[in-house]
Amino acid sequence: MKFDTPATANPTDRMKVLGKPLDRVDGKLKTTGTAHYAYERNDAAPNAAYGYIVGSAIAKGRIESIDDADAKAAPGVLAVVTYQNAGKLGKAKNHTARMLAGPDVQHYDQAVAVVVAETFEQARAGAKLLRVNYARTAGRFDLAASQSSATKPKSGTPDTAVGDFAGAFAKAPVKLDERYTTPDQSHMMMEPHSTTAAWKDGKLALWTSNQMINWAVGDMSETLLLPKESIHVMSPYVGGGFGSKLWVRSDAVMAALGSRAIGGRPVKLALARPQVMNNTTHRPATIQRLRIGAQKDGKITAIAHESWSGDLPGGGPETAPNATRLLYAGANRMTATRLAVLDLPEGNAMRAPGEAVGLLALEAAMDELAEKLKMDPVQLRIINDTQVDPEKPTRQFSQRDLVGCLKAGAERFGWNKRNPVPGQVRDGRWLIGMGMASAFRDNVTMKSGARVGIDKKGVVTVATDMTDIGTGSYTIIAQTAAEMMGVPMDKVIVLLGDSSFPASSGSGGQWGGNSSTAGVYAACMALRERVAQKLGFNSTDVVFEDGKVKSGNRSVSLSEAAGDAGLSAEDSIEFGDLTKTYAQATFGAHFVEVGVDSATGEIRVRRMSGAFAAGRILNPKSARSQVIGAMTMGVGAALMEDAIVDTRFGYFVNHDLAEYHVPAHADIPMQDVFFMDELDEKSSPMKAKGIGELGLCGVGAAIANAVYNACGVRIREYPLTLDKVIGKMA
Amino acid sequence: MKAFTYERATSAKEAASAAVRTPGAKFIAGGTNLLDLMKLQIETPQHLIDVNGLGLDKITPTADGGLRVGALVRNTDLAADARVRKDYGVLSRALVSGASGQLRNKATTAGNLLQRTRCPYFYDTTKPCNKRQPGSGCAAIGGFNRNLAVMGTSDACIATHPSDMAVAMRVLDATVETVNAASQTRAIPIADFHRLPGATPNIETSLAHGELITAVTLPKPIGGTHIYQKVRDRASYAFALISVAAVIQPGGRGRLAFGGLAHKPWRVESAEAQMPNGAKATASAVLAGARTTSQNAFKLPLVERTIGAVFEEAKA
Repeated sequence: MKFDTPATANPTDRMKVLGKPLDRVDGKLKTTGTAHYAYERNDAAPNAAYGYIVGSAIAKGRIESIDDADAKAAPGVLAVVTYQNAGKLGKAKNHTARMLAGPDVQHYDQAVAVVVAETFEQARAGAKLLRVNYARTAGRFDLAASQSSATKPKSGTPDTAVGDFAGAFAKAPVKLDERYTTPDQSHMMMEPHSTTAAWKDGKLALWTSNQMINWAVGDMSETLLLPKESIHVMSPYVGGGFGSKLWVRSDAVMAALGSRAIGGRPVKLALARPQVMNNTTHRPATIQRLRIGAQKDGKITAIAHESWSGDLPGGGPETAPNATRLLYAGANRMTATRLAVLDLPEGNAMRAPGEAVGLLALEAAMDELAEKLKMDPVQLRIINDTQVDPEKPTRQFSQRDLVGCLKAGAERFGWNKRNPVPGQVRDGRWLIGMGMASAFRDNVTMKSGARVGIDKKGVVTVATDMTDIGTGSYTIIAQTAAEMMGVPMDKVIVLLGDSSFPASSGSGGQWGGNSSTAGVYAACMALRERVAQKLGFNSTDVVFEDGKVKSGNRSVSLSEAAGDAGLSAEDSIEFGDLTKTYAQATFGAHFVEVGVDSATGEIRVRRMSGAFAAGRILNPKSARSQVIGAMTMGVGAALMEDAIVDTRFGYFVNHDLAEYHVPAHADIPMQDVFFMDELDEKSSPMKAKGIGELGLCGVGAAIANAVYNACGVRIREYPLTLDKVIGKMA
Repeated sequence: MKAFTYERATSAKEAASAAVRTPGAKFIAGGTNLLDLMKLQIETPQHLIDVNGLGLDKITPTADGGLRVGALVRNTDLAADARVRKDYGVLSRALVSGASGQLRNKATTAGNLLQRTRCPYFYDTTKPCNKRQPGSGCAAIGGFNRNLAVMGTSDACIATHPSDMAVAMRVLDATVETVNAASQTRAIPIADFHRLPGATPNIETSLAHGELITAVTLPKPIGGTHIYQKVRDRASYAFALISVAAVIQPGGRGRLAFGGLAHKPWRVESAEAQMPNGAKATASAVLAGARTTSQNAFKLPLVERTIGAVFEEAKA
């Protein structure tokens, strides 16, 4: 099904199942430990051996020699695979660094070997016995030091310019010109990268924790130099990804090589937590410069956002200025994205790449501008709202209710109680402050397919390679199929995460919910057509409800319609030009109250409230879970997450969860989430948009702005740790 | 983890004897730190002597009105003990500010004293660390050291001791009781139990080889207002940037001990005379001789500010 004209009335509008806050259909499996994750596939791949990865001890250089005698002789060890005996390997297009080092080493903890043994403990002990001699060479590890050598990336849209920024900024009566920095961050999803791999007759079966099944097949094919048809990827349950599992990583490649080395017997391999940070990808650090010029009435006349980040040779930038291109009006504007070469582990997408860090700068700058203007920060944002793409004013937004979000959020939060003068509100030792920020995230759509069948019992089965990375895909896909086919939820079976199913959008960039359900919509429409045809019904007036197919005064049960053979149909949704014709994005507003300990400078969030406009909310319960999870991640980004680079050795030092802090329960207060009533007909037939990442975008800046309101200290270097606060606090 | 042999000891003497007898032996109780370190091969004992069966899990009154805390009393139980909460509040508060509920359920009194530093270079076997590998150098000096020591450091090591419990025990003048293979007992004042790094940061306590902690005794209660103020980057489950254990008497005199500053719980008894003169004077006396880096220099003003807050809280 092509989606190239705005949706009109369709069966999703019935909202009998869609739009309901239903429990997760996979909730019981997950809470009882009966959902089998990649490392737990003893059912499908019994008698597995265990793999353990040896990571490089240097960040850059060369492997001079490898002595595996002791490792091979260790109890239980079955094989040691290194570049010397792995056979020829390719590098997948999606990978910047190779999954197996040798002889060159590209980053610290890059896989150098996999040790395969009978037990996990034996594999880990064997791994320690591998002796690798390295010749270390100098690398570039310091973004600030490399900033001046950064260049314009070859792909993407590194430069944008409209009007005369320099002239307008020079003339603006009120100006802001500030520098903000954000640190490297690690995804630190709960389930580390994990795979069970097995070979049979030259074919690879891969149970792996992955967000994008179709890409995983491609990545493995390009790495192992194997036809795609020889690779079967299964990932029905994923314990979080945040972008870290958009591509297969070394766990999958090394488990496959390990299994091949022992004759195809299954090998299971999970990265140890300390390996997650340096062996895999991370969100790159940024240096950002914001310049905003405004009239005295608050109208922005000039806005510029520049960003610098680093990556390995051949890698890409963090596109921090994304949101600035679309969020506020202003006739004269420019953005620039620059990329330095750094020899740190591969930088790549982490939840809301671009916007998540870009808004940390932009929305803090807007708060500073509001203060210079002596204007309420909410009002400043309302004044600068735009209903068209500011770079291309003929291009309208498909739906844009930022102002509605700002107003609703402010009302729910009690923003009118905020004292705009910093440092005025106390609760005992705590200085209390309120801050806010806009939320913005692109709405991306991706082609997505599904197969839907009905059996003789009237049970509807959906199969698609879509993944559920903790987001609720199983549930909203079941809701979609139930709505479309007119059956209750308990008559729907959803099968996900298998490369033998039709290729889907996968999960990433907050495109998965909307795109994959649209793919299921397409398949359901095809199936409805088949049912109608089979029954000789006029497909334009046929109604699917209560397990029946009705047309005029005729009514046939679905099971009867399916017959003994059953009926099925496969289709995909293919998105046309509507994302080009219309700017498509999701919007929101964050409001936060913090306390700053007047003695110690400790910052604690006291309450959070957000209003969001993201098209049709397919399931308010799972959508809310996405948003509060994202807000929680935003607390981490604002206050604690910081992958510390040791610029001497070139690696992230604090590589475990004791030292890389993400929020604990005690850090998270009451979180209030409100969804605007919205349908976006230009986004998809579901009239929905992405919601998985929006909640993260802007929340950290709202916290920073609240800290300023609490204690009068502006910190432009994230995270806002207390050492940065007490230096400037009275 | 390297393969190891294992035995369950049934008496303290037997445990100590086994430790002397067996090369590379270590005691294990809760294992909340030791097992993690073994998985990373930072600790590689060849033999583990499980002391959980020694019955040292009671809290009993002492003749002089204090409490004797068995070496195996779990952190959760010690924190919750009514006598501890009533008379040694600083200890109870320090305990519950540490680790997580699950870890406190498992972690023991003696094990808590013996937990090892959280310096990130100690935890990475590809990096130099004099504590882990004597003579290899200190990667923390000149590296990431925001949370490392500012007092009593050496050119060999700037690691901190991570315990909260030990800081409270230091302010209470607790005594560590031990027994060795010859059945000789020792009572080591907590002040002398942990060592400064000097040239041998790998030697962290004054325990002799095979010497087993049997109990920690708390002197009779000294009254006063008990406060444990832990300053950290997140609200729970984080090691202290600094912490202050305080027992403050009417009139503002009292005792102060500090976590997060040194290789051992940090207490400067002579500085306590400055307490009635306020936070600035007290902090200045406590921090005399501090050696900071650009990353951890914030700990000095933080100590002064936190002492100030503790004094205010004691007055309230």
